[in-house]
Amino acid sequence: MTKKPMTDSSNHLDKIKKSLSRRNRAEKRFRWYGRMAVFVGLAAVMVLFTDIISKGHGAFRITYVELQVTYDQDMIGVENLTDPAQLALGDWEALSKAALRNEFGDVSGRRDKRKLYGLISSGAGYDLKDRLLANPLLLGETENVWILADDDIDTYYKSWLDGEPYAARMSAKQIQWIDELHAQGKIRLQFNSNLFTRGDSREPEQAGIRGAVMGSLLVLILTLMLSFPIGVSAAIYLEEFAPRNRWTDFIEVNINNLAAVPSIIFGLLGLAIFINFFHVPRSVPIVGGLVLTLMTLPTIIITSRAAIKSVPPSIREAAMGMGASKSQVVLHHVLPLSLPGMLTGAIIGMAQALGESAPLLMIGMVAFIVDIPAGFSDPATVLPVQIFLWADSPERAFIEKTSAAIMVLLSFLIVMNTVAVWLRKRLERRW
Amino acid sequence: MTQAAPVTKKKPVSKTTPKPMQNLEITDHQATVGKCFADNAKMTMRNVNVFYDDKQAIHDVSIDIAKNEVIAMIGPSGCGKSTFLRSLNRMNDTVDICRVEGQICMDGEDLYSPKLDVVELRARVGMVFQKPNPFPKSIYENVAYGPKIHGLADTRVDLDEIVENSLRKASLWEEVKERLHQAGTGLSGGQQQRLCIARAIAVSPEVILMDEPCSALDPIATARIEELIEELSQNFTIAIVTHSMQQAARVSHRTAYFHLGRLIEVNPTEQVFTMPEHQLTEAYITGRFG
Ligand SMILES: Nc1ncnc2c1ncn2[C@@H]1O[C@H](COP(=O)(O)OP(=O)(O)O)[C@@H](O)[C@H]1O
Ligand SMILES: [Mg+2]
Repeated sequence: MTKKPMTDSSNHLDKIKKSLSRRNRAEKRFRWYGRMAVFVGLAAVMVLFTDIISKGHGAFRITYVELQVTYDQDMIGVENLTDPAQLALGDWEALSKAALRNEFGDVSGRRDKRKLYGLISSGAGYDLKDRLLANPLLLGETENVWILADDDIDTYYKSWLDGEPYAARMSAKQIQWIDELHAQGKIRLQFNSNLFTRGDSREPEQAGIRGAVMGSLLVLILTLMLSFPIGVSAAIYLEEFAPRNRWTDFIEVNINNLAAVPSIIFGLLGLAIFINFFHVPRSVPIVGGLVLTLMTLPTIIITSRAAIKSVPPSIREAAMGMGASKSQVVLHHVLPLSLPGMLTGAIIGMAQALGESAPLLMIGMVAFIVDIPAGFSDPATVLPVQIFLWADSPERAFIEKTSAAIMVLLSFLIVMNTVAVWLRKRLERRW
Repeated sequence: MTQAAPVTKKKPVSKTTPKPMQNLEITDHQATVGKCFADNAKMTMRNVNVFYDDKQAIHDVSIDIAKNEVIAMIGPSGCGKSTFLRSLNRMNDTVDICRVEGQICMDGEDLYSPKLDVVELRARVGMVFQKPNPFPKSIYENVAYGPKIHGLADTRVDLDEIVENSLRKASLWEEVKERLHQAGTGLSGGQQQRLCIARAIAVSPEVILMDEPCSALDPIATARIEELIEELSQNFTIAIVTHSMQQAARVSHRTAYFHLGRLIEVNPTEQVFTMPEHQLTEAYITGRFG
């Protein structure tokens, strides 16, 4: 009687040991699959980031040329510096052109002159005007000014500094002038503040993302203001108040379906409803916000419902047992406890909306807009669409600008997602 | 449930205590044995049936709960004790599929009449749950919640007083008075349950329902709660569901035995545990099922 179980159990032990090594191996293999998957993912991200950064980092610096400018009133042709009408008509470019002729005295002939004037940005005259208006005492004086170079010069100078000069759009004269400037220390790279302070422009050296960032901000504010309250209310109603019946089942299925609809469909919907039917103007943040609200609502409803569901029923029972009414239970207990989850969902929804371009193309937010939008009804574009526009531009200098804009967009997204994760970690409760 | 089989098997045993009216098989028209009714009834229930959808969880229960008594509800799990208890403060209203029939009155007032506001009812009939469920707020906020939503305190001083008194009555004051503004969820399990009791008595209910209040607690915490129940019984009427017969024996004046949704026997606690009238009760307290 006693012997048999003994042999039995030692037999068992052998079997267990054998199966154990097999299981351990399977375990190890499994862990390696996981590691490999993570590695592939990380590698893809690394490749993407290095590509974007290597292409885009150059855009944060831009070429300036130092010239001696004389603020000659006759040359500008303005009699009264305080009269805006006259200021607008003034020939400000004459100042920078004169400065160039002054620098390279031996230039003659229309061709060469055009090449010479092509060294600096066509907007340089307006920069000089701003300088003069900021300090009217300069009138009649002469000073050395760092003037923004043309984008072709910028591209050439940067590539030349890197040792692989790209001279496709440069004349021999221009190359020679730049050599001279370089030798005298009159050409250099500076921080490209225009990138962050200006709107879009046909001239790459003057183009900035400020307009697109403002557009994105306005669109996102509107989207958040609409979709968060609506989404949260819908989630609360469906989760806490609505009866469980065929109608609510139907609604639930359709919300889930809506979350899976390609975003361009929302753009078409917005075009048909908001623009064609309600006659909301095109290209404005109002219509962009409305369309993105449609798009993010399902996400916010679904995450909010999940957050509400995660509040333990015992809390509801406790409150109800104390005599709290249904809406008191929701307002005093369920909502505060599920708010972190809802906010996380909202941020993720906003990040989605921030990265969205397709539906906005449908509603005309793809127009070329120079002015920085100041309100919800000013024509605007958004960051991803700006990226799309720049990527489509023929000028070589837009390549690095495109990557720089992508870097800015990615940093916004990373910040938003980090905040979402942090919020979830920080406010997540255990009970 | 599993009881059905052993019950019928035990039938021959019944010859040891032959009592004519009683049968270990439950019939549809079985009356409860013992002393169901009281002269000074706080709550009266007559022919109460509770259904979950079409499944009946409580069959034709009639019972009185006397003023200031502690009545214990015992019985095998799934026999409907919780369901019955929750019908006393209409917590079953929150379950969509639940339907209550029959008459439940407190001080002669029909609790299920459409005129009655369930918010008021729950202020008069407090409840303590199986698992301690303090709000994830401060200890103070937990106790102050009821008085706040019912508007019982006019000033902050009043509220402070209510909180202190309730915590004292729940014999928790000494342990928490230094940390009233720390989270209630940071207390030990037993302290949390006493906090829940303090929260319930903060609105001065007339009746307190307790659904297995000690089942999640260790023996020492359990003993403290039992002491507390005894003290509270001077001011409140208490109905307690328990799976522990010892607990029922220690804290209650009367004990009601439920079986498969029926109220089998109600008698003074001493009698139930020494001379049960019904054989099902006897079978249960002697541990033949449960
Ligand atoms: N919410 C519910 N929905 C459906 N059936 C329920 C629900 N709650 C309890 N029941 C059923 O009612 C019966 C009694 O349950 P309950 O009152 O919880 O028993 P006890 O508290 O005595 O263990 C059980 O059969 C249980 O399955
Ligand atoms: Mg129960």
